[in-house]
Amino acid sequence: MRKHQIELQINGKAIAREIEPRLSLTDFLRGEQGLSGTHIGCEHGVCGACSILLDGVPIRSCLMLAVQADGHALTTVEGLTQDDGSPGLLQAAFQDAHGMQCGYCTPGMIISAQALLVDNDDPSLEQIKDAIGGNICRCTGYVQVIESIQLAASRMREAHL
Amino acid sequence: MVRTDGSMKAAKFDYIQAATVDEVVDALAKGDGEAIVIAGGQTLMPMLSMRLARPETVIDINRIAELSGIEVASAANGDEVVIKACTRQAAALASDIIQTQLPLLAKAIAYVGHQQTRNRGTVGGSLSHADPASEIPLTALTMDAYVRLRSVAGTRDVAMVDYFLGPMMTARADNEILLSVHFPTAQTGVRTGTAFHEVSELRGDFAVVAAAAVIELDGAGTSTKVALGIGGADGVPKRITELEEKLRGGRIDPGGIHAALGEIADALSPGGDQHAGAAYRRRVAAVLGERALLEALAEAERA
Repeated sequence: MRKHQIELQINGKAIAREIEPRLSLTDFLRGEQGLSGTHIGCEHGVCGACSILLDGVPIRSCLMLAVQADGHALTTVEGLTQDDGSPGLLQAAFQDAHGMQCGYCTPGMIISAQALLVDNDDPSLEQIKDAIGGNICRCTGYVQVIESIQLAASRMREAHL
Repeated sequence: MVRTDGSMKAAKFDYIQAATVDEVVDALAKGDGEAIVIAGGQTLMPMLSMRLARPETVIDINRIAELSGIEVASAANGDEVVIKACTRQAAALASDIIQTQLPLLAKAIAYVGHQQTRNRGTVGGSLSHADPASEIPLTALTMDAYVRLRSVAGTRDVAMVDYFLGPMMTARADNEILLSVHFPTAQTGVRTGTAFHEVSELRGDFAVVAAAAVIELDGAGTSTKVALGIGGADGVPKRITELEEKLRGGRIDPGGIHAALGEIADALSPGGDQHAGAAYRRRVAAVLGERALLEALAEAERA
């Protein structure tokens, strides 16, 4: 069972590692890279807590092998902070609008919202619901998640004015 | 740092990143039933993680350019739309060719998964996994599509009606790769209506029950084709052929559809699970089947 060399970018940083092919991308991010912001929920592609951006589009990292990420650019929730490490636009909006209860689903919610807002800073309620449709919040705190995304979108629009 | 060794969910396997289809079929032949293809991984990854699948070799087809894309080609009985196996579901959802040439698939694919799964999940993967409730297999069956399979021995085409053998079981042999799925396009001069309906617990989840319908009318309003497929209410997606035959060849009146609904329930042998019981699935199949046929008829009459 040969190990494989992979080279990829994570949150703008070049990484090279030798890994076993059976290692999932989530476990690579958390275990090998210490990026524990990407959460493990169901581990079979149902809950969305492990969502990350792969070349800018959201995917479930538990449904990808780390070896398949070779040559790709990944963004995790840690990559959405500001340069000084303080909360980024979406993270601050989730804080300000109380877009979390236990916080377990939050990284996945933020990744899904980021993918939505990057193309559309004025999403409809339906578009927001569709974007987070693959993210389960078992506290069922969806209303405030949606309000957080709306707050982030309004701040984006103000910044663009 | 978090644990590393203990977090290996899958059993050990060798990994091949294939560059060509030739390489895939060679590896499948060498694997002798112990090699498996990974495309988007949306169904294989959980099976690997839970060790329900323990292949010796995993062959990755994600970087094979010849396995990706959607195109119109001419075939024996007119044009067809060819969707290569590793085409992402997100690409299919965004495809102008599918929007304009395959209206039923366009309607069905809007129900497939969530943005995170569509960005990785593939059209061929969905057909290979063959979940009896999943939308793409049901649509392919209803549209009389066929798949092209290849092994070291050569290439063969299998019609959807012969392809699904049972839940997650297909006519594809262990040494074969699914190359593409081929959908016939509507003939010119024919008025076509289509509809897709499903009941699911959460939008984007697998359907509990789904119905897909195609109706074609000639200039005089006579039905030249009626196709009704039901998913999630049997071990495989099913065509309701007796009802189709009853409705074909004449003017369809909505009352005739209603009178023939018993055919839908009779044609199905649903199982029960934690989502819904067998009686519920049978009842919903008839309701959704009627809704899909009425909507397809109305659309064809407007065309």
